[in-house]
Amino acid sequence: MAVDIPVKTSANRWSRGPSGNAGPSRRPRAPRRLWVKIVVTLLLVVEIYPLIWMFLTSLKSNDDYLNNSTWSLPTTWEWGNYSEAWTTGHLGLYVQNSLLAVLPALALMLLLGTAAGFALQIMVWKGRSLTLLVFLAGMMVPPQMILLPLFTVYFQAGLSGTLWPLVLTYTGTGLPLTVFMMATYYRTVPRELFEAATIDGAGILRAFWTISVPLVRNALLTVGLVQFFFIWNDLLIALTFTNNQDLRTIQVGLLNFTGDFGATQYGPLFAAICINVFGTLLIYLFLNQKVMKGLTAGAVKG
Amino acid sequence: MHRVLGDRRAIAILLGPALLVYSLIMLVPIVWSLGYSFTKGNTIDGFTGNGVANFSRLFDDPAVHDALWFTLKYAAIVTVGQVIAGYLLALLYVFFLKKSSALIRTLAFFPVVLPTVAVGLLFQKFFQVAPQTGPVNSLLNAVGIESIDFFGSAGSAFWVLIVMDIWRSMGFYAVLLFAGLVDIPDEVLESARLDGASGLRLIRHIVLPLSLPVLMSSLIFSINGTLKVFDSVVALTNGGPGNGTTPLTLYMFQTSFTYSDYGYGSTIALLLTVVCLLVSLVVYRVSQRDLTEG
Repeated sequence: MAVDIPVKTSANRWSRGPSGNAGPSRRPRAPRRLWVKIVVTLLLVVEIYPLIWMFLTSLKSNDDYLNNSTWSLPTTWEWGNYSEAWTTGHLGLYVQNSLLAVLPALALMLLLGTAAGFALQIMVWKGRSLTLLVFLAGMMVPPQMILLPLFTVYFQAGLSGTLWPLVLTYTGTGLPLTVFMMATYYRTVPRELFEAATIDGAGILRAFWTISVPLVRNALLTVGLVQFFFIWNDLLIALTFTNNQDLRTIQVGLLNFTGDFGATQYGPLFAAICINVFGTLLIYLFLNQKVMKGLTAGAVKG
Repeated sequence: MHRVLGDRRAIAILLGPALLVYSLIMLVPIVWSLGYSFTKGNTIDGFTGNGVANFSRLFDDPAVHDALWFTLKYAAIVTVGQVIAGYLLALLYVFFLKKSSALIRTLAFFPVVLPTVAVGLLFQKFFQVAPQTGPVNSLLNAVGIESIDFFGSAGSAFWVLIVMDIWRSMGFYAVLLFAGLVDIPDEVLESARLDGASGLRLIRHIVLPLSLPVLMSSLIFSINGTLKVFDSVVALTNGGPGNGTTPLTLYMFQTSFTYSDYGYGSTIALLLTVVCLLVSLVVYRVSQRDLTEG
C-alpha cells in the first residue's frame, strides 16, 4: 500500500514507480529526522491513497461496492467494468471528441502563438509592448465574459452542431498564455542571430521558420503540454458549446456519466474516472520534468 | 540593420493571424457582452434593450450577494491554503529532503494534471455517506465519531471543496516556490548559519524575505485562478445544497443557460470581471510596495 513506498530510494523515477520494490541497496542521504519521515509518509498517503482507492473501486461489482467496507479489496475483480465504461458509457466517443477538438486547437494555437511571440519579442517596432499587454489582459478576463456573444455567433453561423466552436474558442482563449510564454522564451534568443541570417540571404520569415522555431523547440513542447492539460481538462467551454450528446468531450461525458447508468453502476463510473485519470498521468509521467520546468519558467521568471 | 527586424510586412504576417483570432474570440466578445448587459432576452427569442434594469437587479439580488461572498471567501481561503501548503512543501523539499526530493516532488504534482471533473467525482464518493459510507466517514467511524453528511449542508460542503482544491493544487505551488527557494544563493544561507541562525529563525529572517517575490507571484497566480473557480464546484456539489456553494461563475452560467437570461448573465459576468481586475490590481499594488521595502 501507499505507506510502504520507499521514500529514500534514489532519484531514479523512471524505473521505480510507486509500486516497484526498490531494494535497500542505494540510499543517498536519508532524511535524518523522524518527523521528516512521518511528514513524508503522511504526504504520500494523502497524495496516493485516493488514487489507489479509486482504482480498487473501479474493479468492484455493484454489490461489493454497496455492501462491503470501502477499505476492502474487490471480492471479484471485475475487469469488465472497463470495457463497459468504454462502450456502454460512450467513453470511446467522448475521447474521440476530445481529441478532435483539442489537437487542432493546440496546433493552431502553437503556430499562431509562436509567430506572434516572435513578432513581439524579436522584431523591433513601435507599440509592441502595448500589443503584448493587450494579449496579457486576456489572461485576467474570466471566460464567462465571452461565452454569450460567442454562443450567439456560433449559433447564427450554424456551427452549433459541430466541434468547431470548441476548436475556435480553445484557440482564442489559449493565445494569451501561449503568446506570453513564447515571447518570454524568445527573450533568451539573441536578435543578432536573425540579423546574421538575413545577411546570409534568408528572409526574416524564413529565419523565423528555419532558425527560431527549432531553437524554441523545447519551449514549444512545454507550452504545448501545459495547454494540452488546460484544454483537455476544460469543462466550462465544453459544457457551453456541446448541447448534443454526440459532441460531448470526455469531461462533459464524465459529468453526465451517472445519468447514463442511473445512480447504481459504480464500477463502470470509477473505471471511466480511472481511464481519464491514468491516461493523463501516463502523459504526465513521460514528460513531467518538462511540465514542471515549463510552468516555473513561464510563471516565475516572466 | 533594424530594417530587417522592423519589416512591417513580416510583422503583419507573423502577428496578424494571432491578433485576428484573439480579437475575434476575446476582445470583440468582451465589448459585445458589455452591450448584452443592457438588454433582455436570448439568441432564440431575440434581444430587447432594457436600460440599466440588469444593474439595479444585480444590486438587489440576494443570490448575487451570496455568490459574490462565496467567491471571495473561497478565493481567500484556497489562496492562503494552497500557497502556505505549497510553501511548507517547498521548504521540506529544499531543506530536509534535498537531493532525494525529486520523487516526492513528482508525486505531489500528480493531482495538478488530473482532470478536475474526475477528481471532483472521486472526492464526492470519498466523502459520501450514502448509499455507501466513503473512506473518510469510515475513518471517522473507526475512531468512534459518527458519519457526517458532508454534502448535506453548505458549510461542510464548502470545506470539502476547500480540502479538494488545496489537495489538487499544493503540488503546483510547491514546485513554483521550490524554484524560487533554489535560487537563494548558498553563501547567504551559510553565512546566516555561521551567525547562529538556524531552523525556524533562519527561515523567518533569511529565507522568507528572500522568497517574497516568488511568494507574491504565487499569490497573484492563485487569486486569478480561484476567483474563476468553476469546474471543481460543478463536479463536486454542482452548487448545492440549494445554492449554498454557488460561485459567481456558476451563477452566471445557470442564469444564462438554464434560464436563458443572456442580459442578466452578461451583467453577472461583468461583475465577475470587475472583481477579478480589482483584486488583481490590489494584490499587485500591495506586492509592489512590499518588494520595495524588502
